[in-house]
Amino acid sequence: MAQGIDFTLEGRRVSARPDETILDVARREGLKIPHLCYKPGYREVGNCRSCMVEIEGERVLAAACCRKPQSGMNVLVDSARPQQARNMVLELLKSEVSAAADNADELDYWCQTEGIGQPRFEARVSADIDSSHPAIRVDLTRCIHCTRCVRACREEQVNDVIGLAGRGAMTRIVFDQARALGDSSCVACGECVQACPTGALSPAGGLDVETNRDERRVDSICPYCGVGCLLTWHVRGNRIVRAEGRDGPANRSRLCVKGRFGFDYVHHDGRLLKPLIRRADAPKTAVPVAPADMMTLFREASWQEALDLAAGKFAAIRDQQGAHALAGFGSAKGSNEEAYLFQKLVRTGFGTNNIDHCTRLCHASSVSALLEGIGSGAVSNPVSDVEKAELILVIGAKPTVNHPVAATFMKNAVKKGARLIVLDPYRSDLSRHADWHLQFRPDTDVALLNAIMYCIIDEDLIDRDFIAARTTGFDELALTVQSYPPHKVEALCGIPASHIRDVARLYATSKASMIFWGMGVSQNTHGTDNARCLIALALMTGHIGRPGTGLHPLRGQNNVQGASDAGLIPMMYPNYRPVDDDGARQWFENYWGCELSDQRGLTVVEIMHAASRGDVRGLYVMGENPAMSDPNLEHTRTALANLDHLVVQDIFFTETASFADVILPAAAFAEKNGSFTNTDRRVQMGRQAIEAPGDAQQDWWIIQQMANRLGLFWDYTQVEDIFSEMRGAMPSIAGMDWQRLDAQQSLTYPLTNSGDIGTEVLFVDGFPSETGRGHFVPAEYVCSDELPDDHFPLVLTTGRQLEHWHTGSMTRRASVLNELQPEPVLYLNSTDIQNLGLENGCRVKLMSRRGRLEARAQCDDGVYPGSVFMAFCYHEAAVNLLTNDSLDPVSKIPGFKYNAVKIERVN
Amino acid sequence: MRKSPKPTKYRANRQGPIIDKALRVRLLALIDDETPRRDRLIEYLHRIQDRYNGINARHLAGLADIVGLSQAEVYEIASFYSHFRLLGDGDSADEIILRVCDSLSCKLAGAERLLEALGKVTGVRVVAAPCMGRCDQAPVAMLRRQAISHASVERVASALEQQDFSEAAPPGYIGYDAYVAAGGYTLLRACFNAQWSRDEIIDTLQQSGLRGLGGAGFPAATKWRIVCGQPAKRMLVVNIDEGEPGTFKDRIYLQQDPHRLLEGALIAAFVIEASDLYIYLRDEYPGIQRMLGDEIATLQARSGLKLPHIHLRRGAGAYICGEESALIESLEGKRGMPRLRPPYIAQRGLFGYPTLEHNMETLYWVRDILEKGADWFACAGRRGRSGMRSFSLSGRVRKPGVYRAAAGISVQELIDEYGGGMQDGHSLYGYFPGGASGGMLPASLADVALDFDTLSDYGCFIGSAAVIVFSQVDSARELALNAMRFFADESCGQCTPCRVGTTRAVQLMQRDVWDQSLLHELAQTMMDASICGLGQAAPNPMLCAMKYFPQEFS
Repeated sequence: MAQGIDFTLEGRRVSARPDETILDVARREGLKIPHLCYKPGYREVGNCRSCMVEIEGERVLAAACCRKPQSGMNVLVDSARPQQARNMVLELLKSEVSAAADNADELDYWCQTEGIGQPRFEARVSADIDSSHPAIRVDLTRCIHCTRCVRACREEQVNDVIGLAGRGAMTRIVFDQARALGDSSCVACGECVQACPTGALSPAGGLDVETNRDERRVDSICPYCGVGCLLTWHVRGNRIVRAEGRDGPANRSRLCVKGRFGFDYVHHDGRLLKPLIRRADAPKTAVPVAPADMMTLFREASWQEALDLAAGKFAAIRDQQGAHALAGFGSAKGSNEEAYLFQKLVRTGFGTNNIDHCTRLCHASSVSALLEGIGSGAVSNPVSDVEKAELILVIGAKPTVNHPVAATFMKNAVKKGARLIVLDPYRSDLSRHADWHLQFRPDTDVALLNAIMYCIIDEDLIDRDFIAARTTGFDELALTVQSYPPHKVEALCGIPASHIRDVARLYATSKASMIFWGMGVSQNTHGTDNARCLIALALMTGHIGRPGTGLHPLRGQNNVQGASDAGLIPMMYPNYRPVDDDGARQWFENYWGCELSDQRGLTVVEIMHAASRGDVRGLYVMGENPAMSDPNLEHTRTALANLDHLVVQDIFFTETASFADVILPAAAFAEKNGSFTNTDRRVQMGRQAIEAPGDAQQDWWIIQQMANRLGLFWDYTQVEDIFSEMRGAMPSIAGMDWQRLDAQQSLTYPLTNSGDIGTEVLFVDGFPSETGRGHFVPAEYVCSDELPDDHFPLVLTTGRQLEHWHTGSMTRRASVLNELQPEPVLYLNSTDIQNLGLENGCRVKLMSRRGRLEARAQCDDGVYPGSVFMAFCYHEAAVNLLTNDSLDPVSKIPGFKYNAVKIERVN
Repeated sequence: MRKSPKPTKYRANRQGPIIDKALRVRLLALIDDETPRRDRLIEYLHRIQDRYNGINARHLAGLADIVGLSQAEVYEIASFYSHFRLLGDGDSADEIILRVCDSLSCKLAGAERLLEALGKVTGVRVVAAPCMGRCDQAPVAMLRRQAISHASVERVASALEQQDFSEAAPPGYIGYDAYVAAGGYTLLRACFNAQWSRDEIIDTLQQSGLRGLGGAGFPAATKWRIVCGQPAKRMLVVNIDEGEPGTFKDRIYLQQDPHRLLEGALIAAFVIEASDLYIYLRDEYPGIQRMLGDEIATLQARSGLKLPHIHLRRGAGAYICGEESALIESLEGKRGMPRLRPPYIAQRGLFGYPTLEHNMETLYWVRDILEKGADWFACAGRRGRSGMRSFSLSGRVRKPGVYRAAAGISVQELIDEYGGGMQDGHSLYGYFPGGASGGMLPASLADVALDFDTLSDYGCFIGSAAVIVFSQVDSARELALNAMRFFADESCGQCTPCRVGTTRAVQLMQRDVWDQSLLHELAQTMMDASICGLGQAAPNPMLCAMKYFPQEFS
């Protein structure tokens, strides 16, 4: 061992690395020393004193968990003095806590190991159990004040809810200002539960953790967002009872509320168990029915009958109306293999490129701008690169809500000294950690970003060498931004010119600046322009192609990156080969052995328009819910009802399923194997933990059954076969083999040759564009399509909230998540609440030119004055009834973030 | 165990409180800092309390918002310090709090009877409180910010009538002009003019044998040298959190001659090239705080010298902040929890910078030692000891007070030569040689030398030289319990041996029969395994009671 520190540990000659503590060495040497406040990966605090050892020549004992050995030190572990101290500490702690239900916790383990019996001291006065929180039970009679929960909450997740209050015997764990947990600002990430060594903090409904003897553990990944957290499910029988964070490159054992507590939707009694066929006497209307009433519209059928009907009708439409009368919506929730198979079915079985998925509604504009600017739609650097960044710029994103675990790494980086700049009309939790938060007027992104670029050019903070060597089009860009001096946009954006200058300087002059953005940037009718500006910002300062720099559009769905890579988009084959490129088409015709359409297909919203016109007659929807997620839902729902043939493949009776002719019951995430690609381009393994209920089947099996009824002859026997075929078509993952993926859990592409370690940072030497250079694309400020007026004076922004995922089809059926956020709420600034004569919690009616809904008004001072925010997860108050379906001209993404509305109080 | 009721499903404030914008403006005015700083959090809490007589949840939420901390962070800090009155929903800010000292010297002077009698006085809420540093005037009480010496029901009632519960600056102290007129700050100027080299200063201190007078007794010159050897920038911290029961020497010196401390501190700052000088004064001395603030301002305005930044901070009622690293945490605006060492504060102290921290008295003598020579300080001494010590003498003596006496003096000599003998009707039964934590000794050991290092064979130490004398009417066992209660209340709560150990010890010591073997076992772990001196020393009086006063247990 290089530069080892040689010392004596309990008579053994040992050697330590400079970063190792005595406890580290002892653990490595197999010496058992009790430890409770110590948790690997957490900061050592040495407060429990159960790991005391004697260092020869020192007056008092030392805590092995905090003390680093020095050369020549003689450390005694099992001699009488340190042993008595450790035993007394354990006895004191045991006297502090009530008896555990089971000997499952760490304190009991060490007491048992060290032979600590009934304490000779009086017991501590017991405290009340706090069961106010739906997810976490607080029993402070089990608390030993080790502060692992405090460090979990404040140093790992940086949610800053848990504190250690009081002093002496009155020392106690508190939430906020000593509130009940359920009334606190706790975001229920559950890191504290995972950290607690005694069960003082445990999952609510604790019966599930009482006995873990018959549990199986399955290593998988979280089914929700694009962060891609690794987790382990504890399974009893055919039931998942608990989720635990597992150490992965994207999450380091952390999870958020959805991953940790949102898994039981798979056991919801609304799961589809049988194939369903629309009753002959059930006509289609534009109004979805509730799941409870589904049997008024449908009847059960066998797989044989359902598949024959589902595929037969598609074949008939294809043969009679032409291939372009068909379309498919795949899902970014499915695996890479499912996405690949589904687009292959539509392209080869239907014979059309009318294939799209929800990426169109989230990052289509980002991808368009990225492909145009730097030739690749993928993120340049992983989230974890924030550790290497000197400055982090977050724009149009609420990572603490939508990518909570990614946000923890940003907050960690800030605590370690990185600068954080937030540009957003919304003041989120992240803003509290920011050096600068520019709360600009909604819709003025392009003006603000142009002004920032103006300052960078004006003060000559550009990276001339980078621009000269690696880009084209700078002069045109410079010309455009000349019209955006900060003092001119000050009034428009509502940001003082000096602040714009300060931010510009910070971004440009830092050694490594990294940009993150979300739907706030992309979901606008000028979404592509917004992203173009961000790309230009990175290019002109050379903040790309190095660790800790770059461009990172935060991906929403767990597999939106993978689904796009796999070709689940209308203009690209797998690996972003354009469908209207002859070479690409011929390659795939050869690879798949059939003729392919050379026409770009329609996008999500365009397919709906075509359906309402009658141009598209048959639609296959796998795992998507356009009847909730699309803008201007009235129109979408009418279009869905207008279809001749709609096949919906899902795990629940979604709003979209209401309009189906055939419903195919599918297996849920935890019931399948497959690979998923996270926002960082990490390909990770989802593993089957339980069997699908009823007759529900795996998606790849269903797609293959459909394919074979459409005249294709597929014979995949396992998921692995599909992955192998994908590798043949996608050089970026060609070097990944299934066994290695299975063993290593997570591999980052490009990984071209087997044996490569993968590529974390892209564009180090060049861009994958035709010229190898990045291209500046100037953008002019244009305001949104629908501006507020006297009739509709407020701006509605839609999005997601922490506890609910997208259309709520999963999370509204996850018991804890739904209990945490049970009903539709509309967020407003307190000033607007006052001005509108409302009060916090009152019921209101929200109206736009397209629709209306009822919800509760809730005060959130982070919301920009004059704006309201609402999540689109509530079927009983579907906010997309109100949104505008005008599109970004380049990427066809709808402008969800800006709609004119008004509010009335409901009496 | 009771289950708390489930809240209704819809929870309006689940995402945290809504900040009252008008209140935020008022708080900002109160804070009156251009850029609110988290390290000044304790000062901000004081200002809120001074203005509103208490701190409620809205204040804390507003303050958290202003300094950019979470509510939990602010709450845990506010709840650590006993002088902050956190108002619950039903609490009235108008209530007048009367703190009555029940620590050792005041207990000997009848604090328990006083507490009981004051319970009947209307218009105040009476709470027992730890040592207030006025043991020469025992029993003592504080009516909000005003100290009442020789407290009685009558004196409290008359103080209540005055309606002004603040404390004036101490009368008759030597102000800036008088100090300068008598030659003050000449030495500091000489240092600035290179008439003294840094090495000369340190060498002189070394020859004088000056040791840290807060209790630890670490040689001052060595400490200065260590800090000088650390990379810049460096900090100087003056510890005036005198809280050891029975100790009041810092108060006495300060209220007579504050500039002697300031000059000593500035010389230390000069030697270690400190950029900042932090003075941490305990909250129990509001009159001194007022005076010191004024005098520092005068000094800064009129010295004409390029002084380091001088920051005067006040504590908020936490004995543990007298521990050097806990004090640093407190200066950083945090809970006063001692740090684990290594690293030592000389390496990484205040805000992570190398820090020289001294008890105020150590610095107080620097000017005299340099001006009068090392021998002036070193020459005194009895029983082979050398130097002068400032004894805070209290308890059953005729003339309690602070006495500068030769190191190595015995308690008998101290009582006879300085304390005017025992009070009438009292004979020496035992004494605490160094406050509550220094242990206690019986009358049979009244002739041992009182100094650093001389008492360790007896299981005691001199600490801050707070000698509390008790007599045949007192019970060592009860005094030991009083001391243990004090430690249990004042434990920072961080480590198990101290937090749980002191509490369990109090429970065992309240029993009719002490389980002596268990107490010995517990004591050993507290001494061996506690993080800081509080827990390590807490068993001393208990162990001494069993060792030297066995007759009380038979």
